[in-house]
Amino acid sequence: MTELAASDALPKPKRDLLPVLLPVILALAMAPLIGSGSSWVTLTVASLAMGMMIFIMASGLTLVFGLMDVLNFGHGAFIAVGAYIATLVLLPLAAWVQADSLWLNLAVLAPAALAAMAVSGALGLVVERVLILPVYGQHLKQILMTTGGLIVAEQALYALWGPQIIPLPLPTSLRGSFIIGDVAISKYRLLAMLVGLAVFLSIQLVLNRTKIGLLIRAGVENREMVEALGYRIRRLFLGVFMVGSGLAGLGGIMWALYREQVHASMGNDLTVLVFIVVIIGGLGSIGGCFIGALLVAMVANYGGFLVPKLALVSNILLMVAILMWRPRGLYAVTSR
Amino acid sequence: MMILSGDPPRSRALSILLIVIIAALAVAPFVFPGAKAMNVATKICIFAALVASYDLLLGYTGSVSFAHTMFYGIGSYAIAIALYSMGPTWTAVATGLAIGLPLAALLALCIGLFSLRVEAIFFAMITLAVASAFLVLASQLSWLTGGEDGRSFQLPELLRPGTILIPKDWFGVTINGRTLTYYIIFVACAAMILALLRVVNSPFGRVLQAVRENRFRAEALGYRTVFHLTYANCLAALVAASAGALNALWLRYAGPDTSLSFSIMLDILLMVVIGGMGTMYGAIIGAAIFILAQNYLQALMSVASNAAADAGLPLLPGLLHPDRWLLWLGLLFIASVYFFPTGIVGRLRAGARQST
Amino acid sequence: MSELLTLDGVHTHIGRYHILHGVDFGVAEGQTTMLLGRNGAGKTTTLRTIMGLWPASAGQITLAGQRIEQRATPDIATLGVGYVPESMAVFSDLTVKENLILAARDGPLDDTRLEWIFGFFPALKRFWLSRAGSLSGGQKQMLSIARAIVEPRKLLLIDEPTKGLAPAIIVALIECFAEIKRRGATILLVEQNFHVAQQIGDAVLVMDNGRIVHRGDMAALASDVALQERLLGLSLEAHQ
Repeated sequence: MTELAASDALPKPKRDLLPVLLPVILALAMAPLIGSGSSWVTLTVASLAMGMMIFIMASGLTLVFGLMDVLNFGHGAFIAVGAYIATLVLLPLAAWVQADSLWLNLAVLAPAALAAMAVSGALGLVVERVLILPVYGQHLKQILMTTGGLIVAEQALYALWGPQIIPLPLPTSLRGSFIIGDVAISKYRLLAMLVGLAVFLSIQLVLNRTKIGLLIRAGVENREMVEALGYRIRRLFLGVFMVGSGLAGLGGIMWALYREQVHASMGNDLTVLVFIVVIIGGLGSIGGCFIGALLVAMVANYGGFLVPKLALVSNILLMVAILMWRPRGLYAVTSR
Repeated sequence: MMILSGDPPRSRALSILLIVIIAALAVAPFVFPGAKAMNVATKICIFAALVASYDLLLGYTGSVSFAHTMFYGIGSYAIAIALYSMGPTWTAVATGLAIGLPLAALLALCIGLFSLRVEAIFFAMITLAVASAFLVLASQLSWLTGGEDGRSFQLPELLRPGTILIPKDWFGVTINGRTLTYYIIFVACAAMILALLRVVNSPFGRVLQAVRENRFRAEALGYRTVFHLTYANCLAALVAASAGALNALWLRYAGPDTSLSFSIMLDILLMVVIGGMGTMYGAIIGAAIFILAQNYLQALMSVASNAAADAGLPLLPGLLHPDRWLLWLGLLFIASVYFFPTGIVGRLRAGARQST
Repeated sequence: MSELLTLDGVHTHIGRYHILHGVDFGVAEGQTTMLLGRNGAGKTTTLRTIMGLWPASAGQITLAGQRIEQRATPDIATLGVGYVPESMAVFSDLTVKENLILAARDGPLDDTRLEWIFGFFPALKRFWLSRAGSLSGGQKQMLSIARAIVEPRKLLLIDEPTKGLAPAIIVALIECFAEIKRRGATILLVEQNFHVAQQIGDAVLVMDNGRIVHRGDMAALASDVALQERLLGLSLEAHQ
């Protein structure tokens, strides 16, 4: 490689923007296939909202894997737990949920979301210490232990809450849609998009503007070197894991409200989607996770509209296609 | 010892346990002739083979795949669809096998080759996704697979319960087509397990273990790990598909919940870990324990749960409820992975070594 | 002169491989000690073992009177050890500035110290806000060394800094090491390039097959060509 002369300007680092364009391209490509403009808008908004929710659930997982080289196959348990804890707040306070006042609704949703995140985060602490720390570094055992954790968690949920589906109605002020022309934009989906965007921006802020974020980004690349610089990065791991599980809990309550029901198996159903997103995005990349979530949601929504029978399969095809193009995901971050 | 390919149980307790299980299975139609007992016995045979094939991947090659039930399902559905469409003939059975087994091997080939492009944890996640997709596909292609309801069919005449081969007065029990089916399954599963034992104790098997320990080093030593991993994948898939075919023959039915569901995959995982990874014998022990627990432990738990409820204890009735048997097995599973990763077989063997 | 770092009968196993077979040596305080040897002799392993990245399976390691062989890497680092690995290990996704911020764990970046560093490595000032991944090989090496000296450290462990670098940059490195030494730092430096080693080393250790096979003054080794050939399989001229 030729040595740069001291007077040469450094070539501008090429920003890898191609993956960012993918969702845009996909959305535009779908327009002619879908035909009606209003349907397209509805589906796109649905994709964005769903994508945000999946991003929230997946962001913790990708960061944990990138930083700690830990894959929690039981991640879905945090999602389900978040949803169930939310019911503990929302169902008794049904009056506030049913009230047709945005403030009252938010006043009950906020604590429900916080409770969901707190309990999921606490569960994350337990899982990290009990299931992950003992087999740290051994991928095989890790997969097995966390899968076992998933089984136990799901069964415990059945034991505590029963096998029936618990209905979770949307708060009244969030029902319905804003009508713009002949397009209906669901109010709840709008809220989901805002929350998702807020989470994304917060994560980016922490990662890029704080020293902890610096440590996380450096640790994802080279854990050893961070330790050699004098930082006990293992302590950070636990914190990141708990935040990741807390976020999964938030995703859980949001998804439960989206589907207006809570069931012990919801964790499992979403696990596959979350994994696909994390794989597509590249383990350890928040940006990749964001784009991956959008793509997966789009494929699910557009695909569900155009070819309903192939919904899940189309996501597999998407994953295979992207891996063929970039075997380590859209943005490969880790040095492994 | 030749039949065991030089890989004996190596523990008195283990040998006794195995002999008891195998003997019980061998005489099941005579000693436990009831419908439920026969179902349990058959299931143990089939799952012993299925789990042994999974042990080849997990225990000997060190790769975690969540797609194993897919091959099992392919075998089941191949037989079911063939006998449903072509009528209850032996030709149909042969056709089913001729289509199902190669298909499973082909799919395993694709998965095996793809997995070599991505790292291990990716592989596990991808197999999970693929298996889920396959499940959905099977439900969606209802014109072929019968959708959620699955496919029922008739067996060739020789295998039907109605076909009396040896009347009751000879051994006290009727030897009919069902019994014949059972023994076909028993012998086939035993043969497959012995074959797998032969494979893992061959030079090929040793290379697999080398790959498991350190794939990079195995490559550096000149072994074409691509070939070995792919071959192991295909072999495991073939055995799994055969087990699936046998299962369909017994149940006279193939459906998503009996052949493809994720809970079957979890069951296999539990069986192989609790029994003992990388031992082959662990598959037999694990399958026996798990299936017996699944069928008979629940009765025990029901009693315990009611007792707890009567005593007015909180939480306990829910946790001991018979439907929650998987909770306890899950805990046993976690404990196994951590405390005795070589499973029951490993524990018994360690005990034998200490006492000598 | 007292020893800052002492290794006593240190063995290291990596998996099933026995790499270090009883390594004994001392690094005098304030001196630059060179660790030489063929490829695969165990030099990098020695540094990594001192740093705690690979645990010693036997033996003792003492730093400034404290036993460190059982300690975790971050703790060893905070005792005042700076490490420059063979692979440089710069954080590509972080800027040069962020790499140094991370390295300055005792407090904010000291401007005077930074100016001193920029004196040796002007490129770091030019590319202050650029991603470390976009730097050239030589510039990355400069960054890696800068990280280790951005704050005063008791001991610097440096692994093959001149590997693959252009001669002009090697000159800058030598100047830098000389200056650090003048400021009183203790350096243990692994180097394949004997010409460079000769210029900056005070003491020399030669390793082979996981053992120390020679200890002594650099000056003595530099003047004994026959000894060089025997120990290092080369002559001074051949390795210019």
